[in-house]
Amino acid sequence: MAQATVMEAPAPTLAGLLASPAGRQLLSCIQCGTCAGTCPYGDVMRNTPRRLIGMLREGFIEEVIASDDLLSCVTCYDCWAKCPRGLRLTDVLLPLVKEQVLLRLPQVPAELQSALSNTLRYGNPMGESPRKRAAWVESAPVPVPLLRDLGRPVDVLWIVECYAAYYPRGQDNARATARVLGALGVDFAILGNEEKCAGECARLVGEAGLFDTLREQNLATFGKYEFARLLTSDPHAFDAFSYVYPMLGFRRPVEHTTPFVAARLDDLKPRLTRELGYRVTYHDSCVLGRHNHMHDQPRRILEALPGVSLVEMTHNRDNTICCGGGGGGMWLDTFYKAKGHPRLSDRRVEEAAATGADVLAVSCPYEVPRFEDSLKVLGYDDRMVVRDVMELVAEALAE
Amino acid sequence: MKILVLLKMVPDVVEELEVAADGASLDRGFLRLIINERDENALEQALILKERHQGEVVVLAPEAPEVDDVLYTAMARGADRAIKVTGLREGLGSRASAAMLAGTLPGIAGLLPVDLVLTGCQAIDDLDGLVGPLVAAHLGLPYIGIVTGLDVDAGNVARCSREYSGGVRGRFEVDLPAVVGIQGAEKPPRYVPIAKVRAAMAAGGIETVPAVPGEEPGLLETLEMRKPVVAEGAEMIAGEPDEIAARICEILIGRGLL
Repeated sequence: MAQATVMEAPAPTLAGLLASPAGRQLLSCIQCGTCAGTCPYGDVMRNTPRRLIGMLREGFIEEVIASDDLLSCVTCYDCWAKCPRGLRLTDVLLPLVKEQVLLRLPQVPAELQSALSNTLRYGNPMGESPRKRAAWVESAPVPVPLLRDLGRPVDVLWIVECYAAYYPRGQDNARATARVLGALGVDFAILGNEEKCAGECARLVGEAGLFDTLREQNLATFGKYEFARLLTSDPHAFDAFSYVYPMLGFRRPVEHTTPFVAARLDDLKPRLTRELGYRVTYHDSCVLGRHNHMHDQPRRILEALPGVSLVEMTHNRDNTICCGGGGGGMWLDTFYKAKGHPRLSDRRVEEAAATGADVLAVSCPYEVPRFEDSLKVLGYDDRMVVRDVMELVAEALAE
Repeated sequence: MKILVLLKMVPDVVEELEVAADGASLDRGFLRLIINERDENALEQALILKERHQGEVVVLAPEAPEVDDVLYTAMARGADRAIKVTGLREGLGSRASAAMLAGTLPGIAGLLPVDLVLTGCQAIDDLDGLVGPLVAAHLGLPYIGIVTGLDVDAGNVARCSREYSGGVRGRFEVDLPAVVGIQGAEKPPRYVPIAKVRAAMAAGGIETVPAVPGEEPGLLETLEMRKPVVAEGAEMIAGEPDEIAARICEILIGRGLL
C-alpha cells in the first residue's frame, strides 16, 4: 500500500525533474496503464497519465506542456495509490509538469486565475477580506481565542482554513469543531486574520511560486508563537503541513480534526447522548482517505453517535471516488464543463443516493459545496443532506 | 513601437472603507491599495500590441503602498521597463496629477517620444476620467477614451473600438502618437505565475524618478467625507430566511404588487 511521506526537495524545472531521483522513476514505468484506467478523467483526457509518461520518456516534452490536459488532474491520488512501480505521480511528478503547463497556457481559466490571484493577495481563494477571516467566531458556541490575544503557549493551534472560515456552510463545520474541542477541554487557539491559505491546491495545480509565498508567510507566523501541534479540518492543509512544510524545517505534529476526535472518543462518549436517527454513508476524501489511509477513524466516530446507522457506498476507503475539487478542481468546473467532462461530484452523489442513506458524511470542507450542488442538480436534495462528521458530533452532544 | 502605460493605485474595496477621524479622508489603518482595474486592462492591451508588433512597453506609476508589487508583476507579465514617480504632494486631483505627469515625463531619460500612451479611462477615485485627456492636452497629442480594443497598422494609425449602449460599436482611427484611455482590453488581463513575479522582484530594476510639479496646482481640498446616511423609510428585515421571505411577501402583497 502506498504511504504518504515527507517530500524531498523536487527539482524546480522539468529538465531538472528528469535528472532527479523522483524524475528518474519515470524510467521504471512499465506502461501498464493502471494509472489511465483508474484516473477519474482518464476516459476524457487526450493524453492519459500513462501516455504522458511515455511522451516524457521519449522526449516529447514540448507536446506535453503545450497541452492543457494536465489541468484535468484533480490530484485524487488514485494513480499514486495503484501504480505497481510506486511512481509519485500525484504529489511530485505531475505538479512539476503542470507548473510548466501553467507557465505556457495562453489564458489561465478565469475562475482558477481569480482563485490564485485572490489567494496571493487576500490569503483565501474567495477574495474575501482578510480582516473577516475570524468573523465566524462571533457566532461560535464556545469562546474561540486568538493566539495573539492569549499571550501564552497553547497546546493546539487550530488552522481553520479558508472554506471553514469564510464559506457559510463551512462555518457550520468551524462552529461544530469549536464546540467539540470545547467539550473535550482542548487548550486551543486560532490565528484569526494572521492565517493564510496553506496553499496545497495551488501547489498541486502547478502554482509552485504561490505555494512558496504562502508557506513562507505561514511559517513566519508560526514562528511568532509557541504551540505543541497543528490541527486542521482541511485535509489539503493537513498534507501541506505534514509533507511539504517540513522541507523548510517545520517540525510540529499535524493532526486532522476527524482522527484527532476519534482518538479522544472515549472522553466524548458520555456526552454523546442526543439521538440522531440518521442513516449515514461516509465519503472517504481522497487526501484524508486514499493518501493518508484514515478510513477507520471517521467510521468509529459515526458508529459512536446515538441513533446513527452506517451504510457503505460501493466505492469506499482506498477505492473512493473523487469529488473533483482537489488540485485546483474547485475552480475549474467551467473549464471541465466546456471540455465536456462529467462532474465527478455527480458521480459520487449518485452512488451515495443509491445507499438509501439520508446523510452523506464528509471530512473535507471542499466536499460540502460540491456535494450539495450535485444533490440539487440531480434532484436528491429532498432526501439527502451533506454534513461534516464534526457537525454530526456537535449535534449529538448534550447541551 | 514604444508604448507607455500609466498605472495608478486605488483603494481596494474588498475591505470596508472607513472615514478617518478628520471626517475628510479615508482611514488608512486597514486600507490597502490595488492597481486600478482599467489601468490593468491598459497594460494588457499594451502587451497584446507588443506581442503583435514587437516593441517596448514601459509602465509608470506614482509612488504608493504596494506599487512595487504591481510594477514587478507588470514586468513579469512582459513590460520591459518600470518607473516609479516619487515625492508626490498629498491630495493631487486629476488636473494636478496630469500636470505632474506632463512635467515629469520629458525629464525621464530615454522615455519620450513614445508611439502610444495607454491608461485606464477611469478609476474609482476619478470617475470623470480626466487624467488621460489632460495628459494628452499637455503633451499636445490626440486623445480617445473608453476604448475596448485597438490595433496599429504600418501607417502609424491606431484603429480603436468603443462600445455604445444598445450593442452598437464604433470604430475610430487616430494618428500616432496618441493617448488612449482603455476601458477594457481585448481579453482579460493575463495571469502570471508567482514564480515569475518573484524572479522579477529578485532581479529588481524599478527606476525611481522625482516628480516634477506642473504649473497648474489644481489641488483638491476634500471638505467632508461620509458614509451614506440611512434614510427613513428603509426597513431592514432580520431573521431566519423563512421569516425574511414571509415578510417580503407581506410587504409586496400589502402594496398590491403580488
